[in-house]
Amino acid sequence: MNKVKHDVSEAIAGLSDGASIMVGGFGLCGNAEALIEAVATCGAKELTLISNNAGNMGKGLATWLKAGIVRRIICTYVGNNEDLHAMMRDGTGEVNIIPQGTFVERMRAAGAGIPAFFTPTGVGTVVADGKEVREFRGRDGDLREYVLEEALYADYALIRAHSADPYGNLRFYRTARNFCPIMATAAKTTIVECDHLVELGDFDPDDVHLPGAFVQRVLHVPTHEDHFEYKTSRPRAEGAS
Amino acid sequence: MAFDKTAMAARAAREISAGSVVNLGIGLPTLVPDHLPADSGVWLQSENGILGMGPFPYEGEEDPQIINAGKQTVTILPGGSTFDSATSFAMIRGGHVDLSILGAMQVSQHGDLANWSIPGGRTMGIGGAMDLAAGSRRILVMTSHVTKTGEAKLVAECTYPLTAKRVVDRIITDLAVLDVTPGGFRLVELAPDVTFDEVQAKTDAPVAT
Repeated sequence: MNKVKHDVSEAIAGLSDGASIMVGGFGLCGNAEALIEAVATCGAKELTLISNNAGNMGKGLATWLKAGIVRRIICTYVGNNEDLHAMMRDGTGEVNIIPQGTFVERMRAAGAGIPAFFTPTGVGTVVADGKEVREFRGRDGDLREYVLEEALYADYALIRAHSADPYGNLRFYRTARNFCPIMATAAKTTIVECDHLVELGDFDPDDVHLPGAFVQRVLHVPTHEDHFEYKTSRPRAEGAS
Repeated sequence: MAFDKTAMAARAAREISAGSVVNLGIGLPTLVPDHLPADSGVWLQSENGILGMGPFPYEGEEDPQIINAGKQTVTILPGGSTFDSATSFAMIRGGHVDLSILGAMQVSQHGDLANWSIPGGRTMGIGGAMDLAAGSRRILVMTSHVTKTGEAKLVAECTYPLTAKRVVDRIITDLAVLDVTPGGFRLVELAPDVTFDEVQAKTDAPVAT
């Protein structure tokens, strides 16, 4: 079974108005840059975007916000993403900000066939408003309150991988991994943008980070911009520690 | 002569046990690792998926795909590991992070923490703060004792949206170190040349000694 697509339009074929789309990346780190750019210009609108940051510095997913194609966002952090601040201020779309651990666990649950779960995160805060709160014995054996959170599903996941084989077995690189493998499990159609395409059998089975069953399409994109958000360093003179 | 940022960070570093797993919030807490002894064996966790985070890379060696949760380029120490966000938050909520050092907008005498949104102000977002506050074994807050306009940040009850209830164990400010006890704030130590009366005057709740 070969999931490799020849070009980016074939990779995003069928993605249309009203779609819900998970997009991997921590800010601009580990973005599926070609897929993000293609969706921005494919004509689809009224999208629900599920992403930790929804871009930054006008780049990445911020281009979707600027293009006005996003109706609703589920994210965890706004920071200095001025396009997201503008969307919240001008009310041009609905913005749900939720805790990052809950964000990813809702997707993990969706991908694992678990429709809801109880978490300690958000109890006693606005995050728990309108949700069931129940006491359980927790990790230390003492009674504690937990809030019910529901699984988060999507039509598509657009993710970046370091390498992929034609079946869609994936390996990720460093902190570009972030939400990507989890989103892949939660979406109906997972589209992977990989830096390296390898042959079936090249991966040692023990080294596969995400099995190909969670992946529907693979696009090989050898070069990426990979913008720095904050390029921090130390001078060499400072020493080795 | 209160604690400056460096002195606050050095004081916070003394709260970290050798070999422990520690998550540092954005801002003041990021200054703490500079004050850890070289042989501390501390494992810094970054919620975007690193255990064993190292210092900033040398100039010219920055990698845009190796960042901390503040999106700064960092390094990974020998023995470090990278993982997905679900694993990272399992580590956090599951009680495998010994200590989180977080910033604060308000802390109440009950240990309630508010650090993600000011009503009517610019919302920065929740990020990992609620999970870290709810899941870490111990919560240390580093903050200025009062706001830039002189309002108390240590209060009887938080008026800003909460991050978590009854989670803060200890607070390091520019004026003092305080614990949150079942009876409220308790002074642990004063910064050089700061009096108890000043700390009490700038705290909107009783401080026990």
